[in-house]
Amino acid sequence: MSTFKTTRRVATGLVAAATATFALQVNAGGHGIDLEGKTVEWIIPFSETGGSAKWANFYAPLLSEALPGQPTVVVKFMPGAGSTKGANFFQDQTYDDGTLIFGSSGSTQFPYLLGDPRVKFEYADWNVVLASGTGGVAYLPPELAAKMDGMDATPLQGEDFIYGNQGATRLDLVPTLAWEMLGLNVESVMGIKGRGDGRLMFERGEANIDYQTSSSYLSGVAPLVEAGTAVPMMTWGALDDDGNIVRDPTFPDIPTFKEVCEATPACETSGEKWDAWKAFFIAGFPAQKMVFLPQGATPDAIATYTAAFEAVKARPDFAEISGARLGKYPQMTGPAAETAKASATQVTPEAKAFIVNWLQDKYGVSLN
Amino acid sequence: MEVIMEALPALGDAWSLILQPIVLGYLVLGVVMGLCIGVFPGLGGIAGLSLLLPFMFGMDPILGLALMVGMVAVVPTSDTFASVLMGIPGSSASQATVLDGFPMAKRGQAARALSAAFASSLFGGLVGAAFLTVFILIARPVVLEFRTPELLMITIFGLSMVGILAGRVAIKGIVAAGLGMLIGTIGEGASSGDLRMSSYDFPYLTDGLKLVIVGLGIFAIPEIISLLRQDRAISREPQLGGGWLDGVRDWFANIWLSVRCSIIGVIVGVIPGLGGSVVDWIAYGHAVQTTKDKSNFGKGEVRGVIGPESSNNAKEGGGLVPTLLFGIPGSGSMAIFIGAIALLGSGQIEVGPAMLQNNLDITYSIVWLLALANVVGTVICIAASGGIAKLTTIRFALLAPFLFMIISFAAFQSGQNLMDLVALLGIGFLGIMMRRFDWSRPAFLIGFVLATPAENYANQAVQIAASRFRKSFGEGIDYIFSPIVIILLIITIVSVVLGLRQAKNILAEGDVNSGSKRAPLVFLLLVTGYIAYAFYDAASIPSYSRDRVFPMFVGAVCLVGCAVLIIRMMLKPETDAIFADREREGEDADATHGLWPTLAWFMGLLVLTALLGFILALGVFLFCFMKFRAGVSSRFAAIYTAAGIAFMCGMAWLLNRDFPPGLLQEYTDLPWPFG
Repeated sequence: MSTFKTTRRVATGLVAAATATFALQVNAGGHGIDLEGKTVEWIIPFSETGGSAKWANFYAPLLSEALPGQPTVVVKFMPGAGSTKGANFFQDQTYDDGTLIFGSSGSTQFPYLLGDPRVKFEYADWNVVLASGTGGVAYLPPELAAKMDGMDATPLQGEDFIYGNQGATRLDLVPTLAWEMLGLNVESVMGIKGRGDGRLMFERGEANIDYQTSSSYLSGVAPLVEAGTAVPMMTWGALDDDGNIVRDPTFPDIPTFKEVCEATPACETSGEKWDAWKAFFIAGFPAQKMVFLPQGATPDAIATYTAAFEAVKARPDFAEISGARLGKYPQMTGPAAETAKASATQVTPEAKAFIVNWLQDKYGVSLN
Repeated sequence: MEVIMEALPALGDAWSLILQPIVLGYLVLGVVMGLCIGVFPGLGGIAGLSLLLPFMFGMDPILGLALMVGMVAVVPTSDTFASVLMGIPGSSASQATVLDGFPMAKRGQAARALSAAFASSLFGGLVGAAFLTVFILIARPVVLEFRTPELLMITIFGLSMVGILAGRVAIKGIVAAGLGMLIGTIGEGASSGDLRMSSYDFPYLTDGLKLVIVGLGIFAIPEIISLLRQDRAISREPQLGGGWLDGVRDWFANIWLSVRCSIIGVIVGVIPGLGGSVVDWIAYGHAVQTTKDKSNFGKGEVRGVIGPESSNNAKEGGGLVPTLLFGIPGSGSMAIFIGAIALLGSGQIEVGPAMLQNNLDITYSIVWLLALANVVGTVICIAASGGIAKLTTIRFALLAPFLFMIISFAAFQSGQNLMDLVALLGIGFLGIMMRRFDWSRPAFLIGFVLATPAENYANQAVQIAASRFRKSFGEGIDYIFSPIVIILLIITIVSVVLGLRQAKNILAEGDVNSGSKRAPLVFLLLVTGYIAYAFYDAASIPSYSRDRVFPMFVGAVCLVGCAVLIIRMMLKPETDAIFADREREGEDADATHGLWPTLAWFMGLLVLTALLGFILALGVFLFCFMKFRAGVSSRFAAIYTAAGIAFMCGMAWLLNRDFPPGLLQEYTDLPWPFG
């Protein structure tokens, strides 16, 4: 895997002169790194075709413009082992000149939190410079949605639900646990390649409950809702500054799971089950995707990248260009990103133990 | 009527968008780039589109679309060069073209095969676009009728093509397909993530083997080694016969075959979830079944080229339906395409269900840009085919190292791991043995490609059906036996019965003599051993996991087949077809060089790569091979080496790729590209 290392070193070698200049500038200016003439490699531990690719491809050109010296930013895909291969690779890197960054996702965070045997990386070593949130919406066919008693899901408890599931230990554990807490009998059909396939299964009438992340909901499900073939059930919600679950700003009219749970007698918004759900919801959604500098990054480099992402967010057209591609969610930098990282990569031992047991009981998935 | 009244103005708008000089200019630019990338096996639409992505941000939508569609459209056209000239399946879309295209090249008819293929590609592209223009308006409800049981049935229909390609001993073909399926199940199961034939201690296999590696290993390596051993040019005839006009005439004489295969291509392309991997086999099977004299298939029958090539470009058009109407990519390149569309302009084009209402003009523009790109691409390819066909008259020893360089690089792109090269060589060795003992390699590849969909759809269909049956018996039966399933079932049964009856006449890999008993028996026992171990391995997965069912089922069927073969080997005399062995008589037996010394060269490249990294190893390999094996002067060898390395670095730099590192790179710090 040292190929990446060396490519980066080449970039260094090629611009030795620029490096000298940059050293001078640091001495003179006191902070900030200059990346003029360099190539920043942004490692995405997934294939070219996933949601993280979309997210990185959106940010890459903007980041290039905003970084001092306008370096070329290239997105490098390193898929494998459900993103742990790329993350393990990044763990082996140490800070060199600020030309290597890493983009992680909920699918990287979950194996880390659950103690997957393949995980050889440690989030605590990495330096977060951006955290992007998202949300999720669960939806039903109209005839089942009509059975709901306001926000009370009790009448649905006798139904047989089928859900296209990407994998027991993936982000899908948030919706499946939520439905179980509501007392719904949801059978997971495994082997779905992405949430798009799950939506197709719903559209074909094979699945009768589904969820999508916000941007996919807007493009894929909102037209179905308009056509009357799908009805939103609930969102997972969003976090306010105090860490409470509130209505999702993108979908202010759809109740949150918390509200539905409160209205359903079988469901409780306290206790270990709720705490575990909330912990994994926070790890999976409000800080779903993050950008990191490798371990040992200098405060200058962190400040430079933070400033660059802040400049991207401050673009007058940012709301417009990001709305369609990322949804209306906070793009956090600085201390907010630190907080998001902490909440996304730390769960209590109780929550972890609960989920590990639950996965073992429900799916027979052993994580040891 | 109402729908058509809405569609016509949109179609007009689409044409006025397309027919601007600047749009056409971008289209041609995309086509040329696509041709340059598609020519190299293993690099297709994904590599090309990734190259364009950085430029898409905020670009005028129609210009960006022209550039991207131009590039995607011509990959299935340009990959024909590798399939026909070198016997290397350029991408999954042109695997079946190899079967007859390459024998034609060996007979000195490369130009004819190429132009027949290109004419078919062009025609397929146009038929696809015309069909889509109407069909796209009613596609949504039709596509939604294809539920999991229907998808499973199409997969099984694809697998039934094994019947036609099984070769002289049908059971051998079936075991070959089963072996392909078992190799396709290696890695994490899709259902509960249980591991098959792999372990987390050795992470490479947990992701399974990639199609690029298996396709190159099973087809390309055996052919390259065989040609190299004979030390001659690809074409047996020094004088190339059959100009490009002959190929176009061949296509015209078989125009109805081309029409039918194009329609097959669009329809299979339209159905989300199957992608392009089966369509060329189905088209090839159709071409075989509708030909009266089947004796030439596998030896250079032009219909075997026209069928798959008509279908694979039409499939690209069909693939637009799931991509644009559902936002579900039919292939890897379509997934990037969706992502890139979101970057265009101010992001106003949103693929998905709203595409027909809000962006019908854009939808039509994409459909006809695709058709137009096919026309431009084909014209360029036909013009080039006569010249490029001359490659087949060059002494092969001069081409081979270059080909090994390309396929090693392509294989390495799939996992960015030195193990990719080991896997390539391993599968390549299996391919060489299968070729030697006349085990059907096409059957193996079909099994490999369809293992994942067969397993997933079977598991899902069983699970959903069980839930329906719990509700009521009628609902369950309705779900499993829909009219589409029944029709597909009938087609499959007819095709299997006819196929098995005809299989003896279709020698997809030419005639092979039989010889002694020992070598074929040893190979059979090795295959049986692997299958038995794979069965045991799957059986040791806990019984509540669905991940064990499919490999155990396939393994059990194969073991029965192996048992029958072993018994037959014990009973029959050594002249029986079951003991086919290419080393006994014919080209391979008379070859100038032995198998092992030839293979040793490439093992050498692998070992050197593990030690020195790819580029340094390549330098040593190219020079030594040229000097000692090809016997050219040191000066020529040096120039060849320099050119090869410069080319490789250029490609890697352009595509922003790295090379496999070796031990040396662990300890030292070398500048790119050596490090």
